[in-house]
Amino acid sequence: MAGQTTIQKILSKRVGKELQIGEIAFVEPDYILTHDNTAAIKKKLKTFGEGVKVKYPERLVVIIDHVAPASKEQDAINHKDIREFVKYNEIKNFTDVGHGICHQVLPEMGLASPGKIIVGSDSHTCTYGAFGAFSTGIDRTEAAGLWISGKTWFKVPKTIKINLTGSFSKGVYAKDLILKIIGDIGADGANYRSVEYVGDGIKNLTVSERMTIANMAIEMGGKCAFFPVDDVLKNHLLANNISEWEAFEGDIDAEYESILNYDLSKIKPQVAFPHAVDNTKDIDAFEGPVKLNQGLIGTCTNGRLDDLQIAASILKGKKIHPDMRLLVLPASRSIYMDAMKDGTLEILIEAGATILPPGCGPCLGAHQGVMAPGERTISTANRNFKGRMGSKEAEIYLASPATVAASAITGMISDPREVL
Amino acid sequence: MAIFYYDQNDINTDLLFPGKYTYGSTEPDFIKEHLFEDLDPEFSKKVQAGDIVVAGSNFGCGSSREHPALGMKLVGVKAVIAKSFSRIFYRSATNQGLLLLELPELVDFYEEGMDVKVDALKGEVEAGGKVFNFPPLPTEMQNIIDDGGLLEHLKKTY
Repeated sequence: MAGQTTIQKILSKRVGKELQIGEIAFVEPDYILTHDNTAAIKKKLKTFGEGVKVKYPERLVVIIDHVAPASKEQDAINHKDIREFVKYNEIKNFTDVGHGICHQVLPEMGLASPGKIIVGSDSHTCTYGAFGAFSTGIDRTEAAGLWISGKTWFKVPKTIKINLTGSFSKGVYAKDLILKIIGDIGADGANYRSVEYVGDGIKNLTVSERMTIANMAIEMGGKCAFFPVDDVLKNHLLANNISEWEAFEGDIDAEYESILNYDLSKIKPQVAFPHAVDNTKDIDAFEGPVKLNQGLIGTCTNGRLDDLQIAASILKGKKIHPDMRLLVLPASRSIYMDAMKDGTLEILIEAGATILPPGCGPCLGAHQGVMAPGERTISTANRNFKGRMGSKEAEIYLASPATVAASAITGMISDPREVL
Repeated sequence: MAIFYYDQNDINTDLLFPGKYTYGSTEPDFIKEHLFEDLDPEFSKKVQAGDIVVAGSNFGCGSSREHPALGMKLVGVKAVIAKSFSRIFYRSATNQGLLLLELPELVDFYEEGMDVKVDALKGEVEAGGKVFNFPPLPTEMQNIIDDGGLLEHLKKTY
């Protein structure tokens, strides 16, 4: 009998029988995350009658982050609806404007831990694989269904194993690794698959870096991502007062569809060119200069303290190029405070950065730095699709915080290894 | 009955319904108006009930927004035929009761102007005189589609 993959073990444990790959299982997720779309999901409950309440309010996690604070009257109405919904259903896991991005705040609430099953009406819900949890994105309708029934179905996916060895060279980060992997296997290279990271190289990755990598599983089509429950994670959890969890680890003889190997020391800084995340290039392998108008450091991919500190280490004592705007969005209020206390924000502001409130900001094109036709932004976000940040005649380039910071100084895409 | 053919892979949900509208109105007319806006601005003006969409691989990748699937259901798209679909979009379409058919051979065979007929009961699609079969869905998903979407399904069962 072959061993089992991590996802197979988590789902099997929940249903109390050994599931095969491809089998469909009905389970009750531990948490159901929704954000600004909570307002739209609330309207769907009317299908079940006026005044109906959610079945398990303690499982809901509601975070206002996507257009926060409101930029239009409609956003304000949505937020108001959400606050009423939260009060009516007595939802405790709720944060309002300014607390930060859902994928940062949910772990800060202590809800992401090994063995948990978390679904969210946001495609980047796969982020919690960094904590050994099974987490994946669903649509609004399914979130409404879960509020009512508490239950949904999953097909046990095939698994791609990615073996990491070594450690990054100077100027190379987790973002470069995940962009490289996506560039190699393509935007649908992991479609419907679970992506399990293993190998000696993992101990060299912080939880923040693992979140960056797990966050982008969806950009190669992945259903979920997994990092093992090792000392790095355990220490992180304990430091955040989480002491109980159930760790699952895929067996060596489990059925893996493919095994990929990456030596971290061989990775170079990467840039994803418009308009696809898998359109990646080594930073020293394209014709320049690519002139820019804006830099963005933040989002659920790269808005943590280490990301801001890396940018500050490059921008210290420097000024951004006069043709550039540099937007910085700490991913949460707690990160904002830490970056303020340790002087990171001061360095960034002195260099010419604009600090925006914790939230999704311009990543999805709703507000706070959208682009005009013909403009170019280099961003630490996870998507560079056409039209995503304003005009569909604008261009988005994806890179690490270091590459964005280095590029902000020169006004063109620049190699951070030359300024570190 | 018209066929909307997009000879492209990785058509993402931002092209099918731009993010800037995602937190706007949830009224059907608003969703219909912006459907496919950055892929084909003519789509929302021309599409009619019974029409079919044909596209390449990884259709619907990107965000979990359900407006593309919901919008196609609202305007009466009969089926989307693609080489493959992204996972969240596939799930979302099922939740809306929209039929998706993964038929790479058909998409390779398809040429602009060909007639396409879908017979969901028989599990058959005819394109340019050639018949392509599709396997039945898992029961769990078929039940949701038969009931007209997830919420209607849950109304009966929860």
